[in-house]
Amino acid sequence: MSVTTRRTRLAAAALAAITAIGGLAACGNDDDEPAAGEKPAKLVVDTFGEFGYDEIVKQYEKDTGIKVELRKTAQLGEYRPKLVRYLATGKGAADVVALEEGILNEFKANPRNWADLAPLVADHSKEYLPWKWELGKAPDGRLIGLPTDVGSLAVCYRKDLFQAAGLPTERDQVSALWADWKGFHEAGLKYKQGSGGKAFIDSITAVSNGVLFQQGSDLFYDKENNIIADTSPAVKNAWETATSMVDISAKAQTWSPEWSGGFKQGTFAATFCPSWMLGIVSDNSGAANKGKWDVAAVPGGGGNWGGSWLGVPEQSKYPKEAAKLAEYLTSAASQVEAFKAKGPLPTNLEALKNDAFLSYTNEYFSNAPTGKIFGESVAKIQPIHLGPKHQAVKENALEPALRAFENGQADKAKAWEQFTKDAKTQGAF
Amino acid sequence: MYPDATGRSLPRSALREGARASPEKEIRMSLSATTAPPSPAAPPSPDVSSRRSRGRLLNHLDVKYSPYLYIAPFFLIFGAFGLYPMVRTAWMSLHDWDMIGDRSFIGFDNYTRLLSDEYFWNALVNTFGIFALSTIPQLLLALFLANLLNRTFLRAKTFFRMAIFMPNVVSVAAVAIVFGMLFQREFGLFNWLLGFVGVDPVDWDGQRWSSWLAISSMVNWRWTGYNTLILLAGMQAIPKDLYEAAAIDGASQWRQFWQITLPMLKPTFIFVVILSTIGGMQLFTEPLLFGNGNIIGGNQREFQTLAMYMYEMGIVNLNTAGYGAAVAWAIFMIIAVVSLFNFLLVRRSAK
Repeated sequence: MSVTTRRTRLAAAALAAITAIGGLAACGNDDDEPAAGEKPAKLVVDTFGEFGYDEIVKQYEKDTGIKVELRKTAQLGEYRPKLVRYLATGKGAADVVALEEGILNEFKANPRNWADLAPLVADHSKEYLPWKWELGKAPDGRLIGLPTDVGSLAVCYRKDLFQAAGLPTERDQVSALWADWKGFHEAGLKYKQGSGGKAFIDSITAVSNGVLFQQGSDLFYDKENNIIADTSPAVKNAWETATSMVDISAKAQTWSPEWSGGFKQGTFAATFCPSWMLGIVSDNSGAANKGKWDVAAVPGGGGNWGGSWLGVPEQSKYPKEAAKLAEYLTSAASQVEAFKAKGPLPTNLEALKNDAFLSYTNEYFSNAPTGKIFGESVAKIQPIHLGPKHQAVKENALEPALRAFENGQADKAKAWEQFTKDAKTQGAF
Repeated sequence: MYPDATGRSLPRSALREGARASPEKEIRMSLSATTAPPSPAAPPSPDVSSRRSRGRLLNHLDVKYSPYLYIAPFFLIFGAFGLYPMVRTAWMSLHDWDMIGDRSFIGFDNYTRLLSDEYFWNALVNTFGIFALSTIPQLLLALFLANLLNRTFLRAKTFFRMAIFMPNVVSVAAVAIVFGMLFQREFGLFNWLLGFVGVDPVDWDGQRWSSWLAISSMVNWRWTGYNTLILLAGMQAIPKDLYEAAAIDGASQWRQFWQITLPMLKPTFIFVVILSTIGGMQLFTEPLLFGNGNIIGGNQREFQTLAMYMYEMGIVNLNTAGYGAAVAWAIFMIIAVVSLFNFLLVRRSAK
């Protein structure tokens, strides 16, 4: 072998190694810091699901000359880990970030990750549903989220199944059947009798969800964020109401295949619908069932499931402009636009009085005046305090215990014991 | 016969001869052009000698160090994506670590807490239970199928070998979703079939045994073919004359299987067991999707595996990332212990 070929090989190997190392090094920092006070060329907005911002940001771009990039993630489940990564590593987050109720509460525990919006935007505290505005504040008083939408509750019910079982079908008469949860249970029993033993609602966790949020008191935590899950009267009330419904429940866990399939099969005749759930109900039921669903008021009045805020991460390079964009996106006009486009329910008081909003009807749900129904239900939501790990306690302690009882895996006392024990570990922070 | 330029016909062999000769001649010519023929009379000029010593140095460097360069890419990548995360996880496990907040050093507190954590032991039992239900029948079935495929009389061998591997190509998520439907309580295929033999519908995710069975059936369906192929490869490496000799001595097929195939297959078998162990200890997607994506795996954690518990503590709960890291290291150590046990078995069998 000649020296020439050896040397060539050595050179090639060295080159390969250098390329490899260079390639790794190239993944390093490529941030270019802007000069202070410079106007951004582009702002990024991170949302999940559908916020209905596509048309609204076009107007904003025209007004300000700042480009807006909307980064959408379909599922909250994929969105949260991404956001956590951005915050944990200190880079990659958008300038404006949508925060769902569950996420917001756990992120409040570390408010340093978020810019305080209060000094950056005008005082809007009187323009939104008061409780919604308050929830956007961190324990240390910083304003970390501006309210977008709310998941005000209603009941979706199948008119055809109601009729077959001898129940009224008109939405006002149906709402009158259940002024309170006792009336709801009685209607369910009547349906069961009339339909030959069929289930009335999808699951008892749906009931507990509804009851929890309409009581206007501390739930799993007190105001000082001590866990009071085992002694809280509101939780106990939700527990008792939910467990009493076990004889009219289809035992179909929300989001499970049994549940999605149940809409088409008619396994249950009623379910609890926040406004964002309407699209899911119609998708699951299919075009063949169009006009069979209708929307009535929720027992006990009001109730809330979900809803979001817009926040600005501390790592944003343009907190001032980002806050202004968040302010723009949550204004009364934008909230009405978003509702018309994709259905998120406004939280701005002016938007809730808007004619276009109030006169909106939903074709799939027998032309129910959903704007009016949800608008009325929103006004009845009571202010509540949600602790830092509210979502974890609800999803990984309360609901599994309720399901264990519902499926006969544990009796009521055992299930309650399971809940109070798990609430302590899930709720610790 | 091919006509040449002059119209004369050449035999084909002559043509081939010429074609073979010409490149050699070219090489010889190029060699003589690049390296000057050594002249015995003149001593080598200083220029040539320095070039030669430089060549020797390069040669020395090449022999000594270039192997390290060749293997460097692997170690660089392993360091960045294998070693570093492991060390970092160990470091995290010694802290009370909030993913997006504060962290403080607490020594081995996470590990002592782990020992008395009821849900950790629950996950450990679930993991081993599903592992046993999925590995033992799977390997027995794989052994049976491999033996069948190894028979000489079998037609369309390639087809069967490919067909048996097909399930492994399907994505886990798709498998879990389809099996989730088959195991549904209300409209599931299995409950429908059970109805024919008069068995009441089973709430598959409501009990330990039924959920374990459902999850291990997914694992079995997906990995039996893979293990069959590895065992088959092992069987084909067994010398044929052993079987011939046994046949001459009058050993039955059954006896040949027990006394030749199985002992000779032992190293392959141990390898398959180790792979299944690692896979079984890290089981995550199947139980997660079987429980509708709920990380606690069943209303009373009936089928939450160790990997799911790690994810719950380390990723879902932002404030217990350090504890999650401790669970991750516990899984690592469990796999190490089980693999070591397997390794000792191999060594004993090799003696």
